Amino acid sequence: MVHWTAEEKALIAGLWGKVNVEECGAEALARLLIVYPWTQRFFSDFGNLSSPTAIIGNPKVRAHGKKVLTSFGDAIKNLDNLKVTYSKLSELHCDKLHVDPENFRLLGDILIIVLAAHFTKDFTPACQATWQKLVGLVAHALARKYH
Amino acid sequence: MLTAEDKKLIQQVWGKLGGCEEEVGAEALWRMFSSYPPTKTYFPHFDLSQGSDQIRGHGKKVVAALGNAIKNLDNLSQALSELSNLHAYNLRVDPPRFPLQFLAQCLQVALAVRLGKEYTPEVHSAVDKFMSAVAAVLAEKYR
Repeated sequence: MVHWTAEEKALIAGLWGKVNVEECGAEALARLLIVYPWTQRFFSDFGNLSSPTAIIGNPKVRAHGKKVLTSFGDAIKNLDNLKVTYSKLSELHCDKLHVDPENFRLLGDILIIVLAAHFTKDFTPACQATWQKLVGLVAHALARKYH
Repeated sequence: MLTAEDKKLIQQVWGKLGGCEEEVGAEALWRMFSSYPPTKTYFPHFDLSQGSDQIRGHGKKVVAALGNAIKNLDNLSQALSELSNLHAYNLRVDPPRFPLQFLAQCLQVALAVRLGKEYTPEVHSAVDKFMSAVAAVLAEKYR
């Protein structure tokens, strides 16, 4: 059972309220594909991923990034129940998509860096600590149904 | 593998810190202790309160070592050889992947906070690769 302090909840909600989900999601996914190029193997039907510029401008990457981060928003609305929130997605990532859960951790860390670059000084150490906890728990919830 | 372009980007990024390297080091450490409390187990002898002299001092050391590595990107093994010995035989920091991974993440955050939009995906990628290379060298002598 995960425990969230009032301060942590405030730090999450406070930042999330200012996040442009479409931009941030697109950026996070693009960076995943750029910084860890092997992750491109999951997106072979996305078209041109041949360079950072191509990846950043790729409309499928942008759309999928938005989808992923929108789902993150669901986690934030259900902080006390991440396991149930991500149950179906976990099964999907295991059974259909065959994604190694390590990739969830990678994407989580990248999201943190995107937030840091965007919010700069406002992304305080306390803020980072709370968000690292969140991405870690989301990654864990997504890995839970693997078998 | 660090490409010529990666090396250029790393050197540029480091250059942009213009004298703030020590603060970046201290901040990266503080962020690491905040986000990953188990990393504190390696510093039972430190005052780990925010802004402590020891965190500042150690952050300065870490950043100096990284700065030296950046001046010797073509020969990281040699440049970091003594540190590699230290980490393997004296400090025995748990499989270097983990704590260095956390430090690498927090260093990246500290850089991103300072550079904002200038912390582009290309720079991010180059720094990530660099930190992986550093971690690999530091792990060379573990067994």
